Amino acid sequence: MARVTSIAMATRQPQAPPGAAVFEARGITKIYRMGEVEVHALRGVDLDLYAAEMVVLLGPSGSGKSTLLNILGGLDVPTAGAVHYRDHDLTRFDDAALTRYRRDHVGFVFQFYNLIPSLTAAENVSLVTDIARDPLPAREALSLVGLADRADHFPSQLSGGEQQRVAIARAVAKRPEVLLCDEPTGALDVKTGVLVLEAITTINRELGTTTAVITHNAVISQIADRVISLSAGRIASVQTNDHKVEAGALTW
Amino acid sequence: MTSLHRKLLRDVARMWPQLAAAALVIACGIATLTMSLSTVASLERARSTFYERYRFPHVFAHVKRAPDSVAAQLADIPGVLRVRTRVAVEVTLDVPGLDEPASGRMISIPDRAPFGLSELHLSRGRLPEPGHPGEVVASQAFAEAHGFQPGAEISAVINGRLERLTIVGIGLSPEYVYQVRPGDVLPDDKRFGVFWMPDRELAPAFDMDGAFNDIVISITSRASLPDVLARVDRITEPWGGQGAHGRDQQTSDRYISDELKQLRGIAKLPPTIFLCASAFILNIVFSRLVRNQREQIAALKAFGYGRFAIAAHYLEMALLVAAVGAVVGLTIGSRLGEIVTAMYARFYRFPVFEFRLSRLAVVIAIGVGLTAAMLGTLASVRRAASLAPAEAMRPEAPPDYRRTLLERLGLQRLFSPAGRMVVRHLERQPLRALATCAGISLATAVLIVGSFVHGSLMYLIGFIFFTTQRQDVTVTFVEPASPRAAHEVAALPGVLESEPFRAVAARIRAGPRSRLQGVTGLPARPRLNRVVDQDERPVPMPHSGLLLSDGLADILDVREGDIVTLEVLEGQRPTLDVPVEAIVRTYAGTAAYMERSAINRLMNEGDVISGAAIRVDPDARDRLYRTLKQTPRVASVNIKLAALDSFRKTIAENVLRMRLFNLTFASIIAFGVIYNSARVSLAERAHELATLRILGFTRAEVSTILLGELAVLMLAAIGPGLLLGRLLAGLVTNLLGGETVRIPLMIRPSTYAFAVIVIVLATLVSGMVVRRGIDRLDLVAVLKTKG
Repeated sequence: MARVTSIAMATRQPQAPPGAAVFEARGITKIYRMGEVEVHALRGVDLDLYAAEMVVLLGPSGSGKSTLLNILGGLDVPTAGAVHYRDHDLTRFDDAALTRYRRDHVGFVFQFYNLIPSLTAAENVSLVTDIARDPLPAREALSLVGLADRADHFPSQLSGGEQQRVAIARAVAKRPEVLLCDEPTGALDVKTGVLVLEAITTINRELGTTTAVITHNAVISQIADRVISLSAGRIASVQTNDHKVEAGALTW
Repeated sequence: MTSLHRKLLRDVARMWPQLAAAALVIACGIATLTMSLSTVASLERARSTFYERYRFPHVFAHVKRAPDSVAAQLADIPGVLRVRTRVAVEVTLDVPGLDEPASGRMISIPDRAPFGLSELHLSRGRLPEPGHPGEVVASQAFAEAHGFQPGAEISAVINGRLERLTIVGIGLSPEYVYQVRPGDVLPDDKRFGVFWMPDRELAPAFDMDGAFNDIVISITSRASLPDVLARVDRITEPWGGQGAHGRDQQTSDRYISDELKQLRGIAKLPPTIFLCASAFILNIVFSRLVRNQREQIAALKAFGYGRFAIAAHYLEMALLVAAVGAVVGLTIGSRLGEIVTAMYARFYRFPVFEFRLSRLAVVIAIGVGLTAAMLGTLASVRRAASLAPAEAMRPEAPPDYRRTLLERLGLQRLFSPAGRMVVRHLERQPLRALATCAGISLATAVLIVGSFVHGSLMYLIGFIFFTTQRQDVTVTFVEPASPRAAHEVAALPGVLESEPFRAVAARIRAGPRSRLQGVTGLPARPRLNRVVDQDERPVPMPHSGLLLSDGLADILDVREGDIVTLEVLEGQRPTLDVPVEAIVRTYAGTAAYMERSAINRLMNEGDVISGAAIRVDPDARDRLYRTLKQTPRVASVNIKLAALDSFRKTIAENVLRMRLFNLTFASIIAFGVIYNSARVSLAERAHELATLRILGFTRAEVSTILLGELAVLMLAAIGPGLLLGRLLAGLVTNLLGGETVRIPLMIRPSTYAFAVIVIVLATLVSGMVVRRGIDRLDLVAVLKTKG
């Protein structure tokens, strides 16, 4: 049954959706200093992301995937190059405009969850719904990730997988147009990792949210419509998955 | 409530000890500020109301004896509003229940109120009535000190006769808000009182029928005070005028003005220290908080919270701390203000003297508290607001450690690995280390400032009552007397030694400056009434020339060797240019001295004396007192032991109470600063210390690293702290120093020792708290999170 759905999904999604690019990035370069070292994180990356698409950015650590994701999410600005989100040139945005952009359009999921430890699961989600234009109720967002009954627990009372699912609920509660996930399973074991990926694919499927997942775990790339591999700050390859696999079927 | 507010409240709940320390220090600052500003306002209000309603005069003058017709001349001076002439004399009192004689100042009043100037506020009883001889109104301070009600009786030597006086009223006068016997430092309400008696009775008793010897005048707001003073002097000169002066030399008003000046000074210094300390504590707490919440801030920014929202979030926390500090501070401050006002009310007698929390003080206090909180947190808040989210997501680059200077010099063998960690950590963040040192130094200094005054006052007592005034009793005669009087004094019962003196009213001029200042003539080498130089060595009386007290030299702006003009305002009123032979030390009031024979020569008189200082056999004291009470010649008797007792009692009650407040406040600063520094060190290095524990270091070894750092900082801070304490204490003595009393800067070794002990104690307690933190380190959890 899972396979049938995935085939149906694959057929419904065209391999190269015509003209519906949500992101258009051209020639992105990013250089930053870390202590006394200059790091060339990205060296001229061109990339398009399409509406409702599920993309996996694959690459070893230091390949520049997090930097790329941060730039797409408006957390960072490239040293050179242009990034368009729909009609907007993100590189021309100032801090206030980037903040606005993140607030209205982007949902983030981080490797280390970045929950506020002093707030309960529901309150962590409310943190986003407080400032969103048309949010889901916090508890509904938690139900989406299967955590309705853990809403009043503090992060310290939740397992790593649960914390990450709270982070996902928090990211999607604002009904973002894009969901950016940085190593969402990086700190989790296989079983919980799969649960988290299921939550992400469900969101992608049911809300039609353009989703980019960063991972260095090649297995995870099977859930993607497209797999973009990075290496040493450049795109090494772009593959289209003819046969997407349900997250629940993954193992590593 | 938004989720961000919930986070705020929970962060506050988690960090409450640190935030409470900061709030408490802010509260101390606001409390001292509110207390002083409100007390100043209350005292000023009480004074201006009393002065206005009871017509406090602008000009005061004393003459030997002038006929009533002179009053009309005075009233004709342009700018003069009202003139009241009266008889004012010093008398010796025999008060029931008091072994020693007391002194009284008798002032004549018209039969009926209002008197036109210097009205009496009758708090009990009535004015004396015609047909009832011997009725007086007594000053409230004196009556209260003895528990006298209307109807009580005392005896006074009035013009050589012992008369019975009946107190029929108890009153307050704007001229005696602060009731102190001329020449005394502190009030002695038991042994000095002011009495008001009808003119028709007092004048004849002192041979002043149709005449007066004391003048008070009020002037219009546009009149020139110097002009009026000059004209009064000219008119009264033929009648033995002793120089007119304004309110600035009126004893009671002088004390109130000095007090106000001190309070205003106090209103600045301690609050500044407290608010600096609170800014410092908030700075360390918030910089740690923001560092700790780097990733939370990054996440918030990722969700679309803008820089203002982030800044507001942390500022709200700072404001919450300031608000708590303000509420606590205002509460403590107004309570302190009530206590201080009640304390003042025992020295400063007003019909109405209530503490009222000044609205301006509240506004200033809150404003200053908020400013301190802002200043302390601004850097951290800005860092939080401008934090680049992507950067915060990346793990921090390892801190940049280097070999320390000591190691580069090849001295590393001197240090264990733990020692090296301590030194490198300190060297790596020199500013932080310096800031912590500064905080501890400030706390040390505050401890000194909070406790040195007591030592200084003890020193002052020693100086006044033992170094300089070595007599037991000072007797002043009604009129200057012949040498026979000196023999009579020497022959009084129990007198072991007597040293006559001559005092004359005078004015000393130096260029454009001048000052009404009595000159005291002493023997060439005084043994009882000693005069000492700046090093406290006895100074012999110069054969010609004057000795001026340091306070007077400042007022006249003269130095040793300068020539001043001495205008004697008695007898033949000689005027003479004399050199200032030396500047001598006094801490209370002002003084000028000459050799007695020089004054006698100057006055063209024989061996005349005004009184004598005497040393008394303690066993014969009571007999001496009994005799003095009935000696007609004696106008006033000053008893050192009694003055000393009242001085000590006053200090014991008031200074010790203030000292307790000061020390409580100072200790709060010390603990606040050190505790927070220690907590922050622990928090910042938890990861590193946990790693060491995992590698096999014992708790004690790990504690050594952290506590060693604290100990190094404390040791480095104590020296500069003691120095800073001395500087601030100097500043405080300047602020407290008025014309009436100056506080010597005398810091006893025990004061320094005490400050050091409190700092070491604060460090030990903070160390213990931190040590408990190290014991509780959750090793696994610490290592699971990113560094």
